Amino acid sequence: MITVEELKKIRENTLKKMDLKLHKLQEEILDKEGALNKKLILICGGPGCHSSNVEEMKARFEKRILEKGLIHVEVSIAGCFGLCESGPNIEVYPEGIFYSRVKMDDIDEIVDKHLCENVVVERLLNEGAIESGKIKHVSQVNFYNKQKKIALRNCGIIDYNDIKEYIALDGYQALAKAITEMTQEEVINMVKDSNLRGRGGAGFPTGRKWETAFKYDADQKYVICNADEGDPGAFMDRSILEGDPHSVLEGMALCGYAIGAEQGYIYIRAEYPVAVERLKIAIKQAKEMGLLGRNILGTDFSFDIELRLGAGAFVCGEGTALMESIEGRRGMPRPKVERTAHKGLWGKPTIINNVETFANVPPILLKGADWFRSIGTEDSSGTKVFALGGKVKNTGLVEVPMGTTLREIIFDIGGGIEKDRKFKAVQTGGPSGGCIPEEYLDTPVDFGSLSKIGSIMGSGGMIVLDESDCMVDIARFFLDFTVDESCGKCVPCREGTKRMLEILERITAGEGRAEDLDRLESLAEIITSGSLCGLGQTAANPVISTLKYFRDEYEAHIYDKRCPAGACQALLEFYITDKCIGCTKCARSCPVSAIRGKVKERHVIDTEKCIKCGACMEVCPVGAVIKR
Amino acid sequence: MVRITINGVEYQVEDDITILEACNRLDIPIPTLCHDERLNPYGACRLCLVELKGKNKLEASCTTKVRDGMEVETHSDKVVRTRREILDLLFSNHPEDCLTCEKSGDCKLQDYCYEYGVEKGSYLGEKRDYSIDDSNHFYTYDPNKCILCGKCVRVCDQLQGTSAIGFENRGFKTKVSTPFDMGLAKSTCVSCGNCVAACPVGALLPKRKIRYRAWEVKKVKTTCSYCGVGCQMYLLVKGNQVVGVEPAEGKPNNGLLCVKGRFGYSFINHTDRLKTPLIKRNGKFEEASWEEVYDLIVSKIKESKAKYGPNSLAGLTSARCTNEENYLFQKMFRALIGTNNVDHCARL
Repeated sequence: MITVEELKKIRENTLKKMDLKLHKLQEEILDKEGALNKKLILICGGPGCHSSNVEEMKARFEKRILEKGLIHVEVSIAGCFGLCESGPNIEVYPEGIFYSRVKMDDIDEIVDKHLCENVVVERLLNEGAIESGKIKHVSQVNFYNKQKKIALRNCGIIDYNDIKEYIALDGYQALAKAITEMTQEEVINMVKDSNLRGRGGAGFPTGRKWETAFKYDADQKYVICNADEGDPGAFMDRSILEGDPHSVLEGMALCGYAIGAEQGYIYIRAEYPVAVERLKIAIKQAKEMGLLGRNILGTDFSFDIELRLGAGAFVCGEGTALMESIEGRRGMPRPKVERTAHKGLWGKPTIINNVETFANVPPILLKGADWFRSIGTEDSSGTKVFALGGKVKNTGLVEVPMGTTLREIIFDIGGGIEKDRKFKAVQTGGPSGGCIPEEYLDTPVDFGSLSKIGSIMGSGGMIVLDESDCMVDIARFFLDFTVDESCGKCVPCREGTKRMLEILERITAGEGRAEDLDRLESLAEIITSGSLCGLGQTAANPVISTLKYFRDEYEAHIYDKRCPAGACQALLEFYITDKCIGCTKCARSCPVSAIRGKVKERHVIDTEKCIKCGACMEVCPVGAVIKR
Repeated sequence: MVRITINGVEYQVEDDITILEACNRLDIPIPTLCHDERLNPYGACRLCLVELKGKNKLEASCTTKVRDGMEVETHSDKVVRTRREILDLLFSNHPEDCLTCEKSGDCKLQDYCYEYGVEKGSYLGEKRDYSIDDSNHFYTYDPNKCILCGKCVRVCDQLQGTSAIGFENRGFKTKVSTPFDMGLAKSTCVSCGNCVAACPVGALLPKRKIRYRAWEVKKVKTTCSYCGVGCQMYLLVKGNQVVGVEPAEGKPNNGLLCVKGRFGYSFINHTDRLKTPLIKRNGKFEEASWEEVYDLIVSKIKESKAKYGPNSLAGLTSARCTNEENYLFQKMFRALIGTNNVDHCARL
């Protein structure tokens, strides 16, 4: 077991070895001459890049470096860099050169040119890292320069499997400070003053929650980290757990100290095997060092953390269903007759916070509530991590101060819409959220503002939709997800969402009826006001918001049997215009022989036979095939 | 005590009770399908939703505790509309066969649909189509009629302690099932029928030898004669025949029965049943009166005791007698006859 002094020593010693990594925090390209001898290749090990065999890439780098006889080059894999769109991503320090879409065969070239000859391989530079011939430091790339990292502070810098690197960047200092210098009330008050709100979606003030559990007298209390991230396309929590697992462990231990709990659980989905593995390593290291377990840092405070794996039910992200699951029962929400902070897991006072919430706690304890409140808005302080996806150029993981507008996130950080199509809407909050149209793009992103315009902050999913997306179909997509994931306990959610989905399927299939819109609205009201848990109460949001902002699209489907976005297959017709040159390619590619025509004459599609697969459109060399 | 206003009238009720409990005590009717006061609060059917002043969302009265100053509307337009819609949703996924359903007349879904004016399910979408499980000797399970209130599952788990059934699948595909869907006969079910008694609709039904309608039978409350526990139950009598048994609320059994009391009633009308005592005369059993029989027993006991002493006699009593009867029996043997040779079938 180590003491506070020893913790400080580990920090200083490790920091010396990490000097190159700290260049990531600088903003200027260093003098190439001076930086020639010692280099660091940092490979992104985030969820997206990791799937491109980054371990093998690292081995290839090391092999070539050895062949070239370079001695002062370190190769390291770190957590998510965020810009998943252009992965696999690699950064070279101290210069801060940002390479993207690096393939295995590009590695020798980087070593030969960049490391040996000190010539940047321009063709591999990230598009944003070069502007009118001038190479930018990675932190100056547009994707990064509006971001502010608190929860993701160590992601993409430290080696996630090395507790010492976490300690070097102030890790476990907050815990040491809290348990040796602060009372439980002081910790709670600091979190309360920081105005930190739950990052899982609902935004309940974290400090107030902790205080409720602290004040309730019980022989046993529990801390649970909700890592059952389930929104389609969301991977914020996964990236934090994979890139910086200790920040979550430290946050949980701080909560344990504040409320008087000795046991914590991380409820994590089994579909995150990498995160589970890294958490296991992190917990083991922390226990070995005495930063978890009995008498932490020689004090009276003891706190242990165990993992509990979920089997993949979305509803288990709901707090009470999560507790049922930990207790060994089927994951179904239970009614909150009593508060979870009073009677939660096994009937004991329990705090459930999200991964990102816990990751925010250590910096608050170290830098103070005023610092945290100075970031973000009055309603919502700090930052929020978003998984930016959909039809946006730079898909990936971003962390921005609360109050950043949707426009800044989508257009400045996200680089605008793919293929320069027209923006239509942004969907926030996953299946529980809503679609926000263009007129609200300047809305600042915080808890209050998003709910005012019919959506929610949610856990951080942000899906950008363009003119080719049909809003009825988007609502159908989310409802399909909810119907699949409803636990089946309460009637409005189990039966209501299914009927809602059936109506939406009917409308997108061109069989919508005049009464369907009223039906959707009345169902939405019942499901929202009558369901047992948060899943059901928010399930209708995608329908409510699209009905509010894009009612004309619903009406076009129902009354004109037309899909304005050209997305609903059943309502489309493929047609060959007079641009046709009679090359016969379309007729040959048609799987059902629905296209007739002679060579060098305009071809015609038999709409009765056509199965709308779009193969003709793809092969036409002159763009004569259109959807209408 | 707290003061709450229900439908504009102020009441004083105990604190730490739910709105539903308060309304039940005040005779304000609130419909419920999943509530059972013997079980933990569940909040699934959402029929008991009420409107609370200052809250947009409706709250389930079965899981919300009363608070001082609370203003509750149990039958506002919004509440009634929501209840009607919930019943519509349930009935849309339910066979419309009330005419032939055994449960008709005793079905809570039917009663509430009548009360709230739901004539038929208005959502003409997918309906469940599962096969009926009739592998159990005494009752059948029809998942298509099940409203998933979970009472059967919870009774089996929380009261019976058998946990033979549970839920499988999710959402619209949720179904009450046995492990691996192997059927009731291959499960750990002990056929107590307490799930059947709890089912508010016709999903779980006893197998009937004689068909009857709920309104055709007279319910006769009695004590189960199988053992000494003293379970309270109703005999369902149609004409002069016992056609079924239902558990009754009573201190010893809390509304529960075991397989014998619940389903073992056919002996009552059986032709082989002994209705008078028999005495063997000249190698043949002949009907006799109780007076004759008792005289014979007493004389034989006296004779044996005089001839061979009290220890020549032994008494064996039955678990079908009550505790009091068993007590008197051993008292008679020990004090009157003077032997400790007395035992009980439950020990064998």
